[in-house]
Amino acid sequence: MPEEKRKPEEGESVEGFLASFLPDLLKLLAKYEEIELEDVELHAKKLAFELLPVIPAAPPVPAAPPVAKPTELLREGFEPPVMTYPGRVEEVKIGATRSEGGSRGKTYVIGGEMNPPYYIFERPPPHRPIISMDVFDTKVPLPRAVKMHIKDVIDDPGEWAKRNVEKFGADMIVVHLLSMDPLIEDKAPKDALKTIEEVLQAVDVPVVVGGCGDPEKDAEAFKIASDMFSGERLIMSSVTLDMADKGVLDETAKAIAQHGHIALAFTPIDLNLARELNRKLYGHVARDSIIMDLTSAALGYGSEYSYTIMERARLAALMGDKELQHPIMACSANTWAAREAWIKEAEIGEIWGPRELRGPMYETVAALVYLLAGADWLMVEHPATTRTLKEFIDILMKKGAAKPETIAGWVSAKLG
Amino acid sequence: MSGSGAKELSPIEIYKYLPKTNCGKCGEKTCMAFATKLANREARLEECPELLKPEYKEAYEKLWEMLRPPVREVVFGSGERVAKIGGKYVMYRHELTYHNPTVIAIEVDDTMELSEIEERIKRLEELSYIYIGRELKLDAVAVRCVSGDAERFKAAVEAVAKLTDMPLVLCCLDPEIMENALVTVYERRPLLYAATKDNWREMAELATGYKCPLAVFAPGDIALLRSLVKTLRAYGVEDLALDPGTFPGEGFSDTLNNFVMIRRAACKMGDDLLGYPLIGVPAVAWLSEGGKEKSKEEEEAEKVLKAWREACMAVMLITRFADLLIMHSLEGWVQLPIMIWRENIYTDPRKPVAVEPGLKAFGTPDEMTPVLVTTNYALTYFTVENDIKSAKIDCYLLVVDTEGLSVQSAVAGRKLTAELVADALKESGVEEKVKHRYLIIPGLAARLSGEIEELTGWKVLVGPQDSSAIPKFLSEKWPPKEQEE
Repeated sequence: MPEEKRKPEEGESVEGFLASFLPDLLKLLAKYEEIELEDVELHAKKLAFELLPVIPAAPPVPAAPPVAKPTELLREGFEPPVMTYPGRVEEVKIGATRSEGGSRGKTYVIGGEMNPPYYIFERPPPHRPIISMDVFDTKVPLPRAVKMHIKDVIDDPGEWAKRNVEKFGADMIVVHLLSMDPLIEDKAPKDALKTIEEVLQAVDVPVVVGGCGDPEKDAEAFKIASDMFSGERLIMSSVTLDMADKGVLDETAKAIAQHGHIALAFTPIDLNLARELNRKLYGHVARDSIIMDLTSAALGYGSEYSYTIMERARLAALMGDKELQHPIMACSANTWAAREAWIKEAEIGEIWGPRELRGPMYETVAALVYLLAGADWLMVEHPATTRTLKEFIDILMKKGAAKPETIAGWVSAKLG
Repeated sequence: MSGSGAKELSPIEIYKYLPKTNCGKCGEKTCMAFATKLANREARLEECPELLKPEYKEAYEKLWEMLRPPVREVVFGSGERVAKIGGKYVMYRHELTYHNPTVIAIEVDDTMELSEIEERIKRLEELSYIYIGRELKLDAVAVRCVSGDAERFKAAVEAVAKLTDMPLVLCCLDPEIMENALVTVYERRPLLYAATKDNWREMAELATGYKCPLAVFAPGDIALLRSLVKTLRAYGVEDLALDPGTFPGEGFSDTLNNFVMIRRAACKMGDDLLGYPLIGVPAVAWLSEGGKEKSKEEEEAEKVLKAWREACMAVMLITRFADLLIMHSLEGWVQLPIMIWRENIYTDPRKPVAVEPGLKAFGTPDEMTPVLVTTNYALTYFTVENDIKSAKIDCYLLVVDTEGLSVQSAVAGRKLTAELVADALKESGVEEKVKHRYLIIPGLAARLSGEIEELTGWKVLVGPQDSSAIPKFLSEKWPPKEQEE
């Protein structure tokens, strides 16, 4: 019976997403299978010479039975190993509605955890983690697998932001003002900030002001932005110890606090530095307005350091370390720096599959790992990662949804 | 939350039971040094030959008990390719380090044609990737009885055993069918999957009779899992592995929670009945949802989605303590990120993944050879080295000590600064080796160029962001045009 072709449901599932956003998928797969078959023939010949005879001489005689073999099940119970934690992560409210002094239609609260990530047998996390997606104000080299979904809006930050929110389901937009970078356009902060205005007009979700990495210019931009968008509860990404070295941290922090915004505090994979920066901020910024960026390495390029530092930070916070009791931001978008994510099949080897799948899979793996380490906010580049995260966050918030009968017979079920 | 994961052991406590002869046979100068290594789990008791002598039997047993991991190590397979699962001392990686990377088994079933089984095993062996000078690969084959036919299962198991010397997992809940196949491969010491509340007695007979490790399957019921472990132990089965059930879809949260509860009970609460390796089965992502006919296109798309979900489940299970995974997908884009993450999370956090800093020469450098800069993070270094070697480039590579951080992280974290580059340049003596004064820095360190020029007097050329573009960069930009300023 021919069925009506199923329409991919917007915002519903990974399935709908991949079907609608990876148009080249089937073509790529067809190509992939051809190659597989060629290889198989080759190998079949080779195999003939490599057969290993492993037939044993005779089965052993089963050992003599032990003295007191149980004849029925020895019943044991199980108590969930619930623990209590003296510490709690701060809650941070992101974005402000009109009645709160901003202009956002959507706002979020993140943090507030009282136990390790998704240990639902103790208690569920108080809030869902949020997902932001990027907009750049200059032309940046983007991997093909990412670019194919946004190439028609890449010169229009407002439209790009809309695409991220409306089509991909982003909760928040990060606008990277790379044009301020002295090595790129060296734009004046006040000019660059026009893009923030544009994005705030285009979407009603909270917005993150992303700097260019130059501490002095970023500090200047955050100060101006704080005043310009007073009351919006924007996030300034990011304040650093470099700013302290250049003597511009205090005034920046003051401006952020005075206008009710949030500081994203970046430190390089080092909890002592994270504490140090937070201490410097406490003089100016309220505890409920600090989020930590502990550095997110690309998958395979130091991701274990990032994973462990996030996990340690969260466990220390729960154990009562007040200087680490802040929500954590993790950036899976950085994983596109890993060459395995973007390199062509022809170069890495056909066996590793089309980069249109390999790339988003790479980013998704990094994102899931950081999610389990305790990230409250994930910075994502690829729409498939956003969609998958939403699906798995929904799953991770559930308790008691397992149906044992569905897998009781997995051993003898035909898969595929 | 209380206590750390690893039993906190003082070297002094261990030293008490050592021979105290400082014989040096373990490779350490003193028994105290050996005790320190034991406490850090960097040495094994068996490395002390004295301890194995009868007069130290009691001391040995005492030390064994003190040092044994709360999660037992279970070995299956034979010969050179054995699979070690479990052997975990801690719940969290930073408490010590994780031992025995998650073993990944790929499933085949006895309704597959022989050619399909061959194809799958061949592909499994081909999925090998060189990463930081190490080979990443999959580890084992799980043969499932889907036919319900004893002879068919036996034929499939025999075929697989002939095709590969990898460790095997035999998956069949019917003890008679299991034994029929097991008699032909028991010397390979396969993991038997699995004992359940219904077949535990017969499975225990097989495990003890053929001396094979046994999996215990109790989906969603940790109390039953404990009951089965207790019973099987009383029956004389020592080597067990636990499968609390991997649930696809919404139930996956319960799966992860069961893994967490079991590992915590073993590592933090001393629950000996749960101190066994954990088995995750991401292959359940492929269980048919049944129902409607699908077009070929839809079927293909669905395969991608199932593989995608399986990968997500696998990586989360590895992160949440799985010691053995049984998977279906052999797609490279599924397995590569999984193998990379497994390698990462199992590296020892006590040791930076770094190479020796300093000046390296490639090919036959002369006085007009380019000088490139990179960091001493092992992965960065080996990637750059590989790109230079495969393009057969003559050059000097200045490896700066960034405490094992990659370029991106090192620049952000001030572990790669103009001062460090200037110092490294000076110490390297490359100034005497080349006549020119051009330094090529990584594209991701572009922002340091001005300061490096000021400090060194060398002209900086900003190289590519990824070292794969070095050959192209050099062919276009080297030798540099003299009057560029």
